[in-house]
Amino acid sequence: MTAHPPQTAVTRDAAPPRPGWHVALVRPETMTFVLLIIGIIAGSQLSEFFLDINYILKSFTISSEFAIVALVLTMVIIAGEIDLSPAANMALSACLFAWVQDAGLGMPLAIAVGLGAGLLMGLFNGVMVIALELPSIIVTFGTLILYWGLAQVIAGDKSIRVPEWFIGIDKIMVAGIPLPVVIFVVLSLLLGLVLGMTIFGRQIYLVGTNEEAAKHAGIRTRRIKMTLFILMGLASAVAGLMTASRLGSVRYDLGLGGELQMVLMAMLGGTYIFGGRGTILGTFLAAWLLVIVSTGMIVANVLPAWQLCVLGVLLIVSIIATNFIYSRTQR
Amino acid sequence: MTALGHMLRRREAGIALMIVLFCLAVGAYKPQFLTLDSARIILLLTPLIMIGAMGQMLVILARHVDLSMGSMMALAAMASGMMFRYAPEIWWPLGFVLSIGVGMALGLVNGLLVTVFRLPAIIVTLGTLNLYRGLTFIMSDAKQIDRQYVPSALKAMSQTSPILGIPWIIFMSFGVALLTWWFVTHTRLGRQIYALGSNPVAAPLRGIDVTRVTLIVFVISGALSGLAGIMYASRWGFVNPSNTGNGFEFQVIAAVVIGGVSINGGVGTVLGTVLGVILLGCVAAALPLLGIPGTTQNAIYGSVILVALLIDRLVRLQGQRSMLRGARI
Amino acid sequence: MTAQITPPVPSDPILSARGISKQFAGIEVLSDVDLDLMPGEIHALLGENGAGKSTFAKIVAGVHRPTRGSLKLNGKAVEVTSPIVAQRLGITLIHQEPISFPDLSVAENLVLGLQDGGALSRVPWAEMERDARRLMDLLGVDIDVTRTMRGLSIADQQMVEIARALASDSRLIIMDEPTAPLTPREVATLFAIARRLRDEGRTIVFISHRLEEVRALCDRVTIFRDGAKVATDSIANLTDADIIRLMIGRPLKEYMHKVGTTISEVALQVTGLGRAGLFRDISFSVRRGEIVGLGGLVGAGRTDVARALFGVAPADTGRIEVNGREVRITDPAQAIALGLAFVPEDRAQAGIFRSLSVEQNISAAVPGRIAPQGIIRRSLEKALAQQSVAKLSIRLATLRQPIGDLSGGNQQKAILARWLLTDPQVLILDEPTRGIDIGVKAEFYDMIGQLAADGRAILLISSELPELLALCDRVLVMAEGQLTAELPRGVATQETIMQAAVPRNTAREEVA
Repeated sequence: MTAHPPQTAVTRDAAPPRPGWHVALVRPETMTFVLLIIGIIAGSQLSEFFLDINYILKSFTISSEFAIVALVLTMVIIAGEIDLSPAANMALSACLFAWVQDAGLGMPLAIAVGLGAGLLMGLFNGVMVIALELPSIIVTFGTLILYWGLAQVIAGDKSIRVPEWFIGIDKIMVAGIPLPVVIFVVLSLLLGLVLGMTIFGRQIYLVGTNEEAAKHAGIRTRRIKMTLFILMGLASAVAGLMTASRLGSVRYDLGLGGELQMVLMAMLGGTYIFGGRGTILGTFLAAWLLVIVSTGMIVANVLPAWQLCVLGVLLIVSIIATNFIYSRTQR
Repeated sequence: MTALGHMLRRREAGIALMIVLFCLAVGAYKPQFLTLDSARIILLLTPLIMIGAMGQMLVILARHVDLSMGSMMALAAMASGMMFRYAPEIWWPLGFVLSIGVGMALGLVNGLLVTVFRLPAIIVTLGTLNLYRGLTFIMSDAKQIDRQYVPSALKAMSQTSPILGIPWIIFMSFGVALLTWWFVTHTRLGRQIYALGSNPVAAPLRGIDVTRVTLIVFVISGALSGLAGIMYASRWGFVNPSNTGNGFEFQVIAAVVIGGVSINGGVGTVLGTVLGVILLGCVAAALPLLGIPGTTQNAIYGSVILVALLIDRLVRLQGQRSMLRGARI
Repeated sequence: MTAQITPPVPSDPILSARGISKQFAGIEVLSDVDLDLMPGEIHALLGENGAGKSTFAKIVAGVHRPTRGSLKLNGKAVEVTSPIVAQRLGITLIHQEPISFPDLSVAENLVLGLQDGGALSRVPWAEMERDARRLMDLLGVDIDVTRTMRGLSIADQQMVEIARALASDSRLIIMDEPTAPLTPREVATLFAIARRLRDEGRTIVFISHRLEEVRALCDRVTIFRDGAKVATDSIANLTDADIIRLMIGRPLKEYMHKVGTTISEVALQVTGLGRAGLFRDISFSVRRGEIVGLGGLVGAGRTDVARALFGVAPADTGRIEVNGREVRITDPAQAIALGLAFVPEDRAQAGIFRSLSVEQNISAAVPGRIAPQGIIRRSLEKALAQQSVAKLSIRLATLRQPIGDLSGGNQQKAILARWLLTDPQVLILDEPTRGIDIGVKAEFYDMIGQLAADGRAILLISSELPELLALCDRVLVMAEGQLTAELPRGVATQETIMQAAVPRNTAREEVA
């Protein structure tokens, strides 16, 4: 009646467990955290701006919309799918919102149109991937172009102003912290709890680890994935409206190239590209890391072009590093 | 075989028919669309996409995808443009050598990342898309290569014609298509690309070196992007770090999938791809005539890719059903 | 037709295998096989599932490398390092599912990998198609060699592979259960071709479960059992009874027999269940406290029936009743709600979540018991897992370690534990002891008996006859998608089960 048989049996029936420190430290989030600390130290050597928390917060505000979507994207990737269309979704839902309110629709309705459009775009991705069993990576690449193209059709080359009172979400302070950052932190906590502590979160890991086994265990895998795609669409629309508020006007190229930053935040935070592993904490840390890196480059007067290079290289390196760490911890 | 299946079998005939119907429809509304002049406009819109599409076709046939083509094109074009600026006296065809060489090197990087680290090509090339674009900016110091630096002999390729008023670059693009056709239908390596995309698991059992074939398709994709880059300089007379090749991959992928190349690999022909490119060219030429703003282009590319995915799926479902019918207890 | 008795071939063997052994993950699946294949003979390899005949064939054809042993081809020692090397040596293996590149033409499939020359050497289409056509004519089959492979029937794909063997002038052609997917007419064509190839002096190795076919076609037969060769003889010297006895002749181990239990009302009743292409007209019942075995060969449709019952791949015809109520099951979640549980055959693919902890694996099917309000309570989860570990004596280091670190037997116990937490009334076990140590197997038998004694209905799918005989109150046997026998305890013996499991060509004619 003992669960812990003598040592000899352990070596034959099960590989010895990894020591506690190994489990706790050899994980991608540790890498992200260490990089974050290094980034901060290096940054503070570079310029005293880095020791000014307000400056960091202000910088973060610019990335906060992408960071918010990246949190949901993390869950999508853990479930074994991917979505490349959120930045295009941001642009299209923001354009729709600005367009209908410019045409005279009341603000509450216009906001509803924007959010509803985002939700529908997520639903469309979900239907293509789940009902039609097409690979999400290709489907969402197609919808990335489509949504972005539709935003261009609606907005043309013009930028559409939004009403005065809607402008300036980044100027609203909650206890001295810009509202977008607050939203990001609150959402991180919320989704972290959902992913880490609820059955829904647990089943996301199960589905992403082995979809077939999850089906056999009675988990409604299609429902979970559909929920995530819809959430993804909704989060993108919210991010789109937040961006519109921060910029004060909407153009079709709002959020352009954001998919790279979002995927990068998830990957840098240790989300496994093939599903089943990753945490909200990792993405949370990675979002800050990314802001520190890009702020550092701005402060150091690095050409903006270098940022593109660094993002591209970081994406590839972080996937390789994450795969390597996981292959070390898995026999 | 159902009508749908039959139609899909004859994908090339279908696209050709679509081109004819589209032109007639536009022509009925705007008769000037059916003139030689507009044919020339259409043709002039296609050469770069044609060359890119050949590379992308090979990559997709092998069940991968290359999103970095536009950035490779820009970097390769910029390399030659800067060479011309620093050494105006240099023999201008060296630009072709340099651009193609740069493209091959960049394609090799993509291929190595895909094969050595076994990463999905779409993510790798999403990364290198940004990396190569950034490098273009850095290398050029974010400055455009202006008209006066591009050798006039190079620019002339887009204006002068050996025959029938058709400029050199159009002949070149069809030459590349012809060469690709020969490569995929008449060489062993070309057939191995189809085999690999058709059944990647069984490919090694038939002696196919999967790593080598994968590397080669990415290198070719890079080389053709480089060629498209130098031709961009010829066609437009300048190289701009942000505009050159921007969105090129969308156009190219749209052309390839309209042409009937299956995103699941193994299926597709050069003729289909060429027709896909021409159809896209017709659409692009018709839009301004019809008063439709050019901003609709991306929406069209996006829908085209999604519709092609759906058609692919239908074909596969049909295949499965006919296999079920064939099975017995 | 009267089989011509081929006189003993005086020549030297084309292939001699000596001491061929193979281990997979430390488990010996083939041990010390010596075998000589003669030119101009059709040689059958027979044996139960897992007896080692296919492994042997794959070693000869370069798909696997032997752990020990040597091969001689025409008296010369050879290293068959890959299928392509095998083909160059004149050895072709034709898989049951032929290898096909659906988007390439028939002619290309025929020569892929056989030609010499570099990457850029020209593909000689005209010549290639002419040769392909010639080979097809030679085989007497009518396949357009310019069409793509996609949509070609399995029989035609096999013909392409046979033509491929001829294209490389193979002297040794191994066919791994080639007749399973074929119609009787296609089988006849295949046999005619096999005989012609033999008469040309080639050697055909024919792997099959069907005694009639073996008797009609083959000259000699080698019987495998438990990874070893037990006999090689001329087919004329062996009766069917001899062959079956040799195939199953392992000593009956005394397993723990089922404890006497009261068998009460019907828990699961299945009537006329069918799914196109897989199985049809399946009717049976399982009572509470009863263990019903489901025997048959691999591919007979047993797993498909289980998957249909559990809603993984639902049936398209027939009724299912659980506890007397007719139910529709289209999804495993419904099956679980009805009190069904299913331990699948393929543990890695459909059972475990390899990188997740043992604890998480055990609790996967009972979200309600670890998270009453949707929030996971670690204490509940831990307690459930600990109970399970103690009850099934799962041997592990910690509950938090990934299940992939456990041995196969302990992984399987964890899966069983997962299902016991759902308190199932009907338990479907598909090959529950496959790939498990003998000692742990005995533990499983105890557990299964105990579960029945608790009043659960158990459907046990197994390819191991002693297991079925020792545990089951009744044994159902399937062959080719249909139930062929229902044998009560006492009537069921290894012989009666095998006889019902081996497909009969007569039965096949009726279907066709």
